[in-house]
Amino acid sequence: MRSSVIIFPGSNCDRDMDVALKKFGFKNQMVWHNDQSIPKSDLIVLPGGFSYGDYLRCGSIASKSKIIKSVIDFANSGGLVLGICNGFQILTETGLLKGILQQNKFLNFICSNVYIKVKDKQNKYFKDLKKDVLELHIAHNEGNYFCSDDELKSLEDNNQIAVTYCGEDGTENETTNPNGAIKNIAGIFNKNKNVLGMMPHPERMIDKYLSGEDGSLFFKNILDNFK
Amino acid sequence: MEVTEAVAIDHGLKKEEFSKICELLKRTPNLTELAIFSAMWNEHCSYKSSRKHLKKMHTKGKQVIQGPGENAGVIDIGDDDAIVFKIESHNHPSFIEPYQGAATGVGGIMRDVFTMGARPIANLNSIHFGSPQHKKTRNLLRGVVKGIGGYGNCIGVPTIAGQTTFDESYNGNILVNAMTLGLVNKNKIFYSKAAGLDKPVIYVGSKTGRDGIHGASMASATFDDKIEEKKPTVQVGDPFTEKLLLEACLELMADNSIIAIQDMGAAGLTSSSVEMASKGNLGIELNLSEVPCREEKMTPYEIMLSESQERMLIVLEKGKEEHAKKIFDKWNLDFAVIGKTTNSKKIELIFDNKKVAEIPIDLLAENAPIYDRPWKKTKLPQKLKFDKDEFKSLKLSDCLKKILSNSNISDKKWIWDQYDHTVMGDTIQKPGGDAGVVRVHGSNKAVAAAVDSSALYCFSHPLTGGKQIVCESYRNLISVGAKPIAITNCLNFGNPEKEKNMGEFVECVEGITEASKYLDFPVVSGNVSFYNETKDKGIKPTPTIGGVGLISDYQQMLTMDFKTEGNLVYVIGKTDGHLDQSIFARELLNEKKGPPPTVNLFNEKNIGETVLDLSRKNLIVSCHDVSLGGILTAVSKMCIKGKKGIKINALKGLTNKYQYFFGEDQARYIIEIPKASLKKVIEILNKYSVHFDDLGIIDGNSIKYNADINLPIEELADAHKYWLKKYMDS
Repeated sequence: MRSSVIIFPGSNCDRDMDVALKKFGFKNQMVWHNDQSIPKSDLIVLPGGFSYGDYLRCGSIASKSKIIKSVIDFANSGGLVLGICNGFQILTETGLLKGILQQNKFLNFICSNVYIKVKDKQNKYFKDLKKDVLELHIAHNEGNYFCSDDELKSLEDNNQIAVTYCGEDGTENETTNPNGAIKNIAGIFNKNKNVLGMMPHPERMIDKYLSGEDGSLFFKNILDNFK
Repeated sequence: MEVTEAVAIDHGLKKEEFSKICELLKRTPNLTELAIFSAMWNEHCSYKSSRKHLKKMHTKGKQVIQGPGENAGVIDIGDDDAIVFKIESHNHPSFIEPYQGAATGVGGIMRDVFTMGARPIANLNSIHFGSPQHKKTRNLLRGVVKGIGGYGNCIGVPTIAGQTTFDESYNGNILVNAMTLGLVNKNKIFYSKAAGLDKPVIYVGSKTGRDGIHGASMASATFDDKIEEKKPTVQVGDPFTEKLLLEACLELMADNSIIAIQDMGAAGLTSSSVEMASKGNLGIELNLSEVPCREEKMTPYEIMLSESQERMLIVLEKGKEEHAKKIFDKWNLDFAVIGKTTNSKKIELIFDNKKVAEIPIDLLAENAPIYDRPWKKTKLPQKLKFDKDEFKSLKLSDCLKKILSNSNISDKKWIWDQYDHTVMGDTIQKPGGDAGVVRVHGSNKAVAAAVDSSALYCFSHPLTGGKQIVCESYRNLISVGAKPIAITNCLNFGNPEKEKNMGEFVECVEGITEASKYLDFPVVSGNVSFYNETKDKGIKPTPTIGGVGLISDYQQMLTMDFKTEGNLVYVIGKTDGHLDQSIFARELLNEKKGPPPTVNLFNEKNIGETVLDLSRKNLIVSCHDVSLGGILTAVSKMCIKGKKGIKINALKGLTNKYQYFFGEDQARYIIEIPKASLKKVIEILNKYSVHFDDLGIIDGNSIKYNADINLPIEELADAHKYWLKKYMDS
């Protein structure tokens, strides 16, 4: 499976994502934000970090960068686009995903392991995933997902809520919500479920010496579904 | 403006220093020249009070590639890999403006490291605040933590360990010490020594603004009531630009275009240009009209003194200008050729086609004043005679809970949750352990690092205190299975013009030197921060040691959490029960006198090597050093982290259980041993002639000791984990 990771000025999880993708067998390429086009890919990843310093608003300047048109075209033609953390913020700024990510409820940056519940498996990311609850890692200041009532309803009606924050046993409530996100939302899809944006970082959980290994399941599952 | 003695004094120079400048120049300097002298001759840049004593430090070793004197120290970790590291203070600015002060402290130290060609792989910090009851403490802590996080998180370098303490002596002067480790190929290290004539001098990074002017002089003076007015001397950080600068510099460093490179830190363009020329025994000519400025009509005086962040000065190979410019253009950074190296051995400044300053370099560097300040020895306080009957009214379990929730012992998760500690995907030991550990990317090696200081011990007896912190750093590295290699130090002290403070400095340095020599744990970099004093009240002497060690196979890393029920727990090293200066004495007896625990360097080394031997042979599964709070505190932390209990044996021949459990004797570790390994472990302990106690067995969910203690781990965890969060929320 061929993948491309876009590097914006200020991206800082680009290398980690490259390492993770290659570890599981993706043929990955790095693409500079000022490039005109993206090499032929089956998956485009917008990595975490602070693109353009997150000035103005997280992800907003990146959503106007030169490369982004190719990303939007790719998404609209059905290609898989994955945005992690800052990448998720960029995807909401481009309009590919609904809603916004505001500052965390308690106003602090949070770097911590969290559990997330997989809410929908009828998609190329989570289809046939063996687990329903994954332990992943978050590191963000603006991960508090919010959207209008109408948007929320349509996300729910179309099963576009991808993952939610929960406890180890899958309980979703206020105490298992690290940042105040509406309905504990940690990640969502677009309507066709080819575009996924989520705050947790699977690329930081890819061997047992790190915080955990559930990130490996995530990447392997994408590959399995591609076969 | 006419330059007079009064103007010189306003610039932080002493009367005699001004006469010396006039004498050396054989004329009165103009204002720009005076500013350059004041920037180079202040304590922060010239080390004029400390230099004499720093020379004695132990700085050499088999693995040392670069000792003090460069942007950072460098050590060899094998296979052509080298670690570049340094710790630096940003105390004064952080008190005036906590967010920016702390943020630019982190930015500055990272620049020191990537200036040498290394990619930063880990950050650490040691931060010290006034009493929790002091009205400023909460806001200063919040601001500093946000500043450190705001900068480090954005750059994408994990913050892997740290230390936070509270003491009323920091009420008017907080301490913010930031440390960075970087990884470099040992054949591709860049230095700040200029070489060759007529080579282009390049300015890259952010534009120069009016921020941070007089920053270095501000950091070389004590505080008074008017510190609010000093806000403009604090620099403003832009981590985004630094991230671009980091990537651009590393890209340019991939080939051989750079002759010398120096970041513009304290005293900005002045110190960077003078240092590069001085090290290369050259002259330098700068055309200040070419310096990219953020604001209009900046004068040569302002340009030379600005401490705007995220800037670098580079001496480039001739003909490489276009190649270099292309890289900086790609990263959207300013790039300007602003001068050249000369053989004049002077710094010559041109502005608007006129020469505005001309000073021989040696007057600024080698001829800077050096003081042999008078100092006073601190006598070893007499050992206290505790009334042991008084102890009997104290319940062991109450004492333990009180100590675990003490501000200096309690869990600091509230802080490090705000630091990205997992970015770069190689953090294998997170904050909260004895040391942070990151893998050397793509290899089996891992690097461990820890920061330590013991102001109470240093205040009581600086010589012992100095030795003790080096030993504590050594132990923290060994506790994670790392072989200690070298240290960096940040020497935070009061006013060197006072004999007592100067004495504290001299004797702490002596202690550090003695211990680092004995343990073969050389000092490779560091910085000195004097004048941590407000209205005549100085801080307790707080030298901070940043230790670095190597784990050659990261699978052998140790952590402190208890692993398996039924495993045995031993205390390695002898416990005499030293209570003077302990947390127990302060917190439960309100007793602040007495000497710190004695440091026995032979034992430190021998016991340290024993533990390292045990870990290399995979005979122990967890390890923690015993320090503040003694054995019971250390064991409790291991229980809390591992969510497991311990049944402590009825200890034979115990003179006093309070002394045994809370004494702060040095050179001790607690280890967890699987039963199957016990025989081998005891053989090795005997081979090294090391004292050990069979403390107990991992069992159930509570700490049990005779009829004295029966505490569920959850109850202990509550006492330990939430003090800081509750304090910050209240």
